Amino acid sequence: MSAVDDFGDLPCQDFVEMVTDYLEGTLTPELRARVEVHLADCDYCVDYLAQIRQTIQSLSQLDEEPVAPTTRERLMGEFRNWKRSLGSAPAF
Amino acid sequence: MTGANLEGPCRVVSRHCRNVTVGKEESPLSDDIATTGAPAAPQSPAAGSDENLVAAIRQGDEQAFEQLIDRYHRSLVRIATLFVRDNDIAEEVAQETWIGVLRGLESFAGRSSFRTWLFGILANQARRRGERERRFIPFSALARPPEAEAEPAVDPDRFLPEGHQWAGHWATPPAPWPDLPEERYLSTEIRAEIDQAIAVLPPNQRAVITLRDIEGWEADEVCNALTLSETNQRVLLHRARSRVRGALALRWDPAEG
Repeated sequence: MSAVDDFGDLPCQDFVEMVTDYLEGTLTPELRARVEVHLADCDYCVDYLAQIRQTIQSLSQLDEEPVAPTTRERLMGEFRNWKRSLGSAPAF
Repeated sequence: MTGANLEGPCRVVSRHCRNVTVGKEESPLSDDIATTGAPAAPQSPAAGSDENLVAAIRQGDEQAFEQLIDRYHRSLVRIATLFVRDNDIAEEVAQETWIGVLRGLESFAGRSSFRTWLFGILANQARRRGERERRFIPFSALARPPEAEAEPAVDPDRFLPEGHQWAGHWATPPAPWPDLPEERYLSTEIRAEIDQAIAVLPPNQRAVITLRDIEGWEADEVCNALTLSETNQRVLLHRARSRVRGALALRWDPAEG
């Protein structure tokens, strides 16, 4: 990671490596403040951050389709078998 | 390093956009989600905690079992694919897990959360099944620390070089993504692109991004499940997210890739 440049600003190349720490809240207060100063000034990094957020959002919604009816039926069948086996004395 | 020192800001900030379908039991976190404008939990409070559902299942309540299936089956299949790289086999492993749940219910003492117990059964089923399959990924590959070799989030050529007045600033900035309605970001096509991007990740990155971002686990849960340090977990998450973003950007940004 390159050093912070003469203007005290964070190079964009460093920001893209800090974006996860930024979102996870694990940056030091000093670095976090620097990131925020940078974002106030750099529309490109704001775009980049928005894209990472969009990526995370899309990932979180991948698994929302319902359970297939055939799977459900099979598992409920297993449940009924299990329940019957509870109600009876051990088989044989 | 364990999850014990993760009680700090990490826990509060990390779940800014999480759906809560996985039966979170940490209400303080849910409160944070509510106040930061994330989508409300899709599941009504009446759906009941995992532990209440387990108690009802022990009384023979069929609907309670069905609710647990709705809550966890997709996750089980997804997580099974970390071990067995075949969707059909992953589906079978998930179904065998439910049968294992019913068989083991009597011995489940509630010392761990239901969720931890459930994924323990899944891991066992996957391992047993995996020993018979050739496309099995061992746990050690999922739990491997990040490779030492640097893996830039963005192609270094996109930044101004050393010696330039603005070294390290964008030379070729990211093309903005279109302002699509939410459903377009979840189109079948984009979904397939994300799945493909995840499928080609190294197993350890794939495991972390799956558990964190798809399944919504907390950082400390993932650290514990994969026996990773907090830092290594974060590095793997960072690399994986960067790559998935890059894969999605290809569609709008000819300079990407």
